[in-house]
This record gives sequence, C-alpha cells and structure tokens, in this order.
Amino acid sequence: MRPTRFKNPQAEDGQFQLRLIVAYVFMLLMFCLLIARFVWLQVYQYEHFSTLAQNNRISLLPILPNRGLIMDRNGVILAQNYSAYTLELVPSKMPDMNATIAELAKLVNITPRDEKLFKKLLGESKDFESIPLKVKLTEEEAARVAANAWRFPGVQVKARLFRDYPYKELTSHVLGYIGRINQKDQERLDDEDKSTNYKGTNYIGKTGLEAVYEDDLHGQVGFEEVETDSGGRAIRSLRRTPPVNGNNLKLALDIRLQEVADKLFGNRRGALVAIDPQTGGVLAFLSKPGFDPNLFIDGIDSQSWAALNNDWQKPMINRALRGTYPPGSTFKPFMAMAALETHSIGMHDVRPAPAFFTLPGSSHQFRDSNKNGNGSANLAKAIQVSSDTFFYKLAWDMGIDKIAPTVGQFGLGRPTGIDLDGEASGVLPTKEWKAKRFARYKEEFRRWYPADVVSIGIGQGFNSYTPLQMANGIATLANDGVAYKPHLVQEVVDARSGKSRLIAAKPDHVLPFKQENFEYVKAAMQSVLKPGGTAWRLGVGLPYTMAGKTGTAQVVAIKQGAKYNASALAEQYRDHSWFVAFAPVEKPRIAVAIIVENAGFGAAAAAPIARGLFDYYITGKVPGSISGDLKTVPMDTADDAAAASD
Amino acid sequence: MTLQPHLIKRLWLAIKAPLDGPLMIILGLIFALSLVVLYSANNQGLDKIDNKLVYTLLSLTIMWLLARSRPQSIMNFAPPIYGIGVVLLLAVHFKGVTVNGSTRWLELGITRIQPSEIMKIALPMMLAWFFQKYELSMRWWHYLVAAVMIAIPCALVLKQPDLGTTMLIAASGFFVLFFVGLPWKVILGGMIAAGASMPVVWNMLHDYQRRRVMTMIDPMEDPLGAGYHIIQSMIAIGSGGPWGKGWLNGTQTHLDYIPERTTDFIFAVYSEEFGLVGNIVLVILYTLVLSRAMMITAGAQTLYGRAMAGAITLSFFVYAFVNMGMVAGILPVVGVPLPFVSYGGTATVTLFVGMGMLMSIGNARR
Repeated sequence: MRPTRFKNPQAEDGQFQLRLIVAYVFMLLMFCLLIARFVWLQVYQYEHFSTLAQNNRISLLPILPNRGLIMDRNGVILAQNYSAYTLELVPSKMPDMNATIAELAKLVNITPRDEKLFKKLLGESKDFESIPLKVKLTEEEAARVAANAWRFPGVQVKARLFRDYPYKELTSHVLGYIGRINQKDQERLDDEDKSTNYKGTNYIGKTGLEAVYEDDLHGQVGFEEVETDSGGRAIRSLRRTPPVNGNNLKLALDIRLQEVADKLFGNRRGALVAIDPQTGGVLAFLSKPGFDPNLFIDGIDSQSWAALNNDWQKPMINRALRGTYPPGSTFKPFMAMAALETHSIGMHDVRPAPAFFTLPGSSHQFRDSNKNGNGSANLAKAIQVSSDTFFYKLAWDMGIDKIAPTVGQFGLGRPTGIDLDGEASGVLPTKEWKAKRFARYKEEFRRWYPADVVSIGIGQGFNSYTPLQMANGIATLANDGVAYKPHLVQEVVDARSGKSRLIAAKPDHVLPFKQENFEYVKAAMQSVLKPGGTAWRLGVGLPYTMAGKTGTAQVVAIKQGAKYNASALAEQYRDHSWFVAFAPVEKPRIAVAIIVENAGFGAAAAAPIARGLFDYYITGKVPGSISGDLKTVPMDTADDAAAASD
Repeated sequence: MTLQPHLIKRLWLAIKAPLDGPLMIILGLIFALSLVVLYSANNQGLDKIDNKLVYTLLSLTIMWLLARSRPQSIMNFAPPIYGIGVVLLLAVHFKGVTVNGSTRWLELGITRIQPSEIMKIALPMMLAWFFQKYELSMRWWHYLVAAVMIAIPCALVLKQPDLGTTMLIAASGFFVLFFVGLPWKVILGGMIAAGASMPVVWNMLHDYQRRRVMTMIDPMEDPLGAGYHIIQSMIAIGSGGPWGKGWLNGTQTHLDYIPERTTDFIFAVYSEEFGLVGNIVLVILYTLVLSRAMMITAGAQTLYGRAMAGAITLSFFVYAFVNMGMVAGILPVVGVPLPFVSYGGTATVTLFVGMGMLMSIGNARR
C-alpha cells in the first residue's frame, strides 16, 4: 500500500491555507454581488418599487371565467348560470362580527338558515377569505347595503354568477352538482398545480358530469392588474388578461325522453338507461328517486341533508350507475349467445322444459316460474316463454367456464367506462371470482360447486349487474356485437372557437361472434312480444318492430315447497321487475334496460315503461297516460333557447 | 454573604470558558437584530418571540455542551450519527408524512422530525472522520468512497423531493472534499461536467422546480401563482430604499403582501424597514461571523478539524447567501431560512450545533 502522494506537512499546510484564502475571497465576492443587487433594487429602482408599494398599490384581481353550459342533444339547457348579488364578509377585516351581522340584518332579510350556513362556512374557511352571508340579494337589498358600506368594514356586495339546474331531480344523477371548494378539493388542486386557475373561484364540480368534465367546464381564469389607493379601492386598470370561458357540454341525452321515462316511472323506485346502439350515446339515464342538486351548491343545510340521508328510498344513490342487481331472466339472451357460440346447443334442438329441475343425486328442486312447466322447447322458444328449467339444464350442461367468457364480452361484470365517476363493476361469477370473494372463509365456501352454475343460468345466484351494464350489453347485442363505450356527453364545444370535440365517436371493439347467432337471439327476443311470449301484451298494436326480454329478480330466497306470495312480503323484499329491449329490430335506434324495484314480474311493471318510452322516441307520440304532465320545452322551441343562451 | 458574588463569578467563568468570545458577541448582535425584526414581522405579537427565546436557549445549551467537548470525542460519533441519519431517511421514504406533494417528515408521536436536517451536519462529520482515519494512506479511490457517502443521502433527499436541501447537503459534503485536498483539476473538471449536464438535470426536475427557476428568470410570467412571492418581496426590498421605512412601518409587511414573513422571507421584512443601510449592516455581521470562523479553521490542528470547520463555515455562508439571494430575486425559491434570524427551531438547532463544533475545534489548539 503505497500512498499516491508523498506526505509533506509543510506543503499540505500551504495547500490548505491557499484553499482557505480562495474560499474566503469567493465568499466576499458573492456578498459584494448581493450588495450590488441591493443597491440596484434600493437605490436605482427605488422610485419604481416605491411607487408600486406606497401610493398606488398594485393588485391583481382574478376575473372568473363563466362555467360552461350543459345542454341536451337538442340544445335544451340543463345547467346554466345566472347573475345575482351576494353579501359577503371578510372575517379578518371586521372588528366585531356578530355586531356587524346584527346590523346587517336590519338592512337585508337574513334567515336563521343563512346564518347557520354562514357559521358552517366560517369554520371551513380561512379568516381572510370572503364568505357569503346571503346569496341572491334583491336589487333593493343590494342598493341598501351599498349605500351603508362605509359603516361596515369587511362587508362587500358582489355580483356573481350562480349555477342553476332547472330540471332538478330529473337530471340530478346525470349532471351531479357543483359545490364550494373545501379543504380536500384545495389540496387536490394544489397537488395538480391547478390552484392558480382557481383564484377567486369558490365552486368546483363535486359529482356527476360537473365533476368528470370539471377541466372543460371551468375554463381559464383571467386577471386584471389594477392600481388601488390606500383604502384598497381600484383607481384604474393597467393590464387585463381576459378569462377563457369554460367549454359547453352537449349531451347525447334527450331531456324530453328523460322526462317521459321519469313520468312513466311515477313514484316507483328503480333505474332506466337508454342507449343509442349505433353510437353508444346515452339517451336517457334515470335513477329514481332523485334529489334537487340546487340544494348542494352553497352547502346544504342540515335539515335537508338529514331528510335526504335518512330517506329509506335512498335518493342520493345513483341506482343506474352503482346499484347492482341480479338480472333475472334478462340474462337469458346472453346465456343463449354463450350456448350458441360454444356449440353447447343447436338452434333447432328441442329439449324438455318441465316444472322443475333436479340435479343428479339430489332432491333439491329448482322450480320453474311457470308452475306447470312449458313441456318442451328449443332455445328460441325457451327465451320467448322464459323457461327456467330449460336454462337450468343448459347451464348445468355448459358449466361456468363456457358461460362467463362469452357473457363477459358484452361488458357484464365490469365497469362500462361511462363518463361518470364511481361506477360499480358488478359480479360476473367465475371460479376465480368465488375463490377471491370468499378468500377469508373456509374452503367449503370458496370452492366452486357444479350446482352453483344452475341458478346463474337464469340470472340469479351470484350474478349481479348495474342497469347501465345491462343496457350496454343489450345495445351491443342489438348492434350485432359492434360495441361502443357508453357516454353521456356527445361533444365538448370549445367556448372560443365553437369547435366540437366528439366523445367516443368510433366503436370501442367488435365482438367476434357469428352474425347468425345474433340474428337468432334477436328474433327470439322479438318473439317475446308476440302471442305466446311473456310480454305479448306489449306487442299489441306496435307500429314498429321491437325485441325484449322480461326478468324478475329475487330479493329473498323462497323456501323449498313454499310459494312466492307478494302480498305476504314486506315491500322491500318483493321481487324486482326487469325489462331489457331494443327497437326497431332491423336497425336498432334505442336499447334500454329498466328495473323497477320491488315491483314483481318484469312483464307487469318494467315492460310497459319501455313501450311508452319507445313509442315516444320512435313515433314522437307522448303516451296518453302522462301527456298532461310534461314540463320540458317542446322540441321546436328548444333551438331558440339554445340560441338565447349563447 | 461575601461568598455569593464569588460564586456567581466562578459560575460565569465556567460557562464562559469553552465559548469563543468574538463569535458570541457577533451572534449576540445578530440575535438582538432578529428579535427586533421578528416583532415587526409577527405584527407585534410576542408569542413567537417567546418561542424563539426558548429554542435559542435550548440550542445554546447544546452548543455549549459541544464547545466544551474535545473534537476527537465528537468525531467518534460521526459513523453512528451518519448511519442513523441514513436509516431515518429510509424511514421517511417508506413511512414519511407527505405535505404538499413532498415526503420530508417522520411522525414520532409527539413531534415531527425532518431527518434531512440531521444530514446537513452528519454528512460533513462522516466525511471528515473518514479522511482523518485514512489520512496517511490516502489513495484516489478514497474519493470514490466519499462520493458514495455523499450520493446516498442526496439521492434519498432528492427523492422526497427536496431539491433545495439536496443541494445544501451535497455542498456541505463537497466543502469537506475541498479542504482535504481534492485536486484542483478534478474540481474544475467537475464544474465543467456539471455545466454540461444542465440540460439533463433540467429534464429530471419536477414541474414545480422548473417553474421556480422560470419564475426567477421572469416573475411576471405567472404573477398570480409562483411569481407572486418574488414580486412582492422585491417590491418590499426596493421600496425600502437606502434608509428603510422605519421599524414597524413596512407597508408590504403589514398589509400581508409578504408570504412566510417570519420564516423564509423574513429578510424582505428587515430590508423594507431598515433599507440598504440595514442590509449592509447584516451582511457585515455575517462577514464577521465568517471571518472569525475562517480564523478558527485556519488554526485547526487535525485534518478532521480543518475539514469540519471549513465545511461548517462555508455551509453557513451558503445559507445566508442563498436566502438573501432568493428573497432579492437572483436565486430560485428554495426552502432555506436566513441563519439565526428566521423563525424556526429545527434550523436554529442545526446552526448552533455547527457553531458548537466550530468552537470545540477552536478550543483544541489552545
């Protein structure tokens, strides 16, 4: 080990002292540089900075962009802005807040609800933020406060744009709502580097399309550099960068159709999703009951919140998007596709369809919904009469491994990718799914039993899908396997250029199934509405062609040997009524999935809604039972409304 | 009765003995000045003054304990402290608390610590210890080992991400190398290489870091966002003029225009109220600290002493220069407090620890 350098203490010392001097000189030079900078700022630029600081303080005022409008496919406005005065307080600038509020109450009508809301916002905000005490002042109130403004430091009357959802409950589960930016939103904006763009903005999309398309709707904040005097009043504008208004959303949804669907539902609970199979555009998207989104914009008061939260009908839940239900017999068309594609049955094979089905070596009876059975049937007839025993046997013969892959391609059991947040994925049962789902349980619960598949064959068992998935699946089936991603927004219209950005204009994928199989299943579904079919009543006097499938989803299991007796069961335990359909059969323009909760047989409750809906969509005829109630603007004036809003 | 003054005198002598007189006087002046500024910056509130007195007293105690220890004994703690520092940084990486997108803190139940702060002292200690140990058998590859010792904490802190602290830690390590005799041609070569790699580094930076650099070049680019701090603090300094607006009369300060005005931007408050004259006084005080520290460094007897004292001195300079440069708009905004003036306990403890070690090295030559 020979050192690289010969050690020489004197040389080392000299070397070290030299370095010390170099470092010292360097530091002194850098400090001189700093002093030079100070001289530049404080002597040469003194006048400039002094002017900025002392007499005319420059402030930068954000100019808020107008939030984009949301309109339906015909240009009817679903979410709009209107201007109104608000009374706002800045707590840090007020000597005695309670006294000020008491004084203000003499000038404007401040309700206990206003005050409660203000206290709540006060707790969530910082001292120097401007907090609204009363929104939507009348002209007279605004004038009165403005005339007395000198008495109230920290009190401002501001003209602001407000969001309004004119169709309230009707669009609540589609549009969602905006609300005040809270701590969590603020942190997210900071993380995403968007807080500058939200300077002066108090609102942000919280749920629904308002949240998903937030970046489009919000726009780009502008700012104005103004000179202010010592009292903070603006004297003149120096520079102005205008804001860029938010982009408008044009939906595929037809608000008239949405209202027809809503009226057909009446007071019943459930969900309806209608899709244009040719584009994937969502024509109607309903979850009943809804709620009034306008309540949430300025923070909901505790009374209304409690009322919504404690309602046993759960109006806040988006059933179409997040409700998962066993599909019942509406699953059978997909089963039929799986059977044909895997060659598990021929198109003309006739098999027994008795009153009940038993597994070899078991006494358990899987009963048919028709207590006498249907004798025997081929696949098409089994769909038409909805024979359970036929499909029990079919499922048993096929096994889950032949069913799940085909059915899964229709999008069942996974999120469809619609432009809404929080979509439920549902359950398409497979062996792997069961092992994972019950991983924490004993082996006997995790294991896949051959018998598990039997009830899956008729859409019961572990099957569980959202109404949106069912509508999407039926639309794909109706469109011969050309699948689109369902989307509520059809185009995003740029506020400046007027150019549109189309959403999902191209097919997402094409299912690799035989055309003749599609034709066969669709014809079978068409026969459901013909004499002998479970929904034959619906087919009476039909001016166009329609295909459908009824379904009844069990909510509770009925004991062996017992009979289902609706009147004996509490309402929440009665069966759900399903109907899926599309029309016209030759070139489908609309596909729908409808579930009416606890309403019994599919043919009884859900199916008539589909007929009314299709009648309106295809022939323009408003169903007689509801024609008097429609509130939405008629089609011919819709364009005028859109023009007026620009 | 007659014993009492005698006792006090003895106690005074015992306390005074390990401390460096000139350094204590200059630091005392800076401290007095910092209280004056803090009172104004905190809108004449006394709460922060109280806190500052408490943590300064605590820091002084630590400094005193270090000053009366032999450098040799302090040096022996270098490997364990460095080791603990690295472990804590790893802990931050896996279990740290994330604030504003950076993971810098470790939750310890009662308090949060920032392990990167420990590294500012631990890294130069470790390097100085290492070179002392191999002083007589130094070969070129010892520099490679040292480079790895620098790279480990730097990589971990950079990952948090905390570019400012990374550069401070790297600088403190480099200073040790500089004083143990890293050849000039390596230094110059390194500088050229660093200059050449700037575009690569630029691509590796986070968006917010790039924005800070861009903001420094043109603050008006983003006047509502990132440029706001810089514009407002430059207005404060510039409008202070040659003589300042006078104590408690800073309009920028008292109208809430200066962000972080008790911590990182306290210099803007000082500069607005005391003007160019005040700035020069502060820079002179800092220069005096540096000069005295340089003298101690020059008199150090061991390689460890020289390297450590030199690194502490230069690091101190970097803190002061970077903070004032950032507030004056010639350096990007990085979270570096103004030494001995900014409000904040952690940074103060680190500074006094450095001073204590410096005094310990100074005492060893007597």
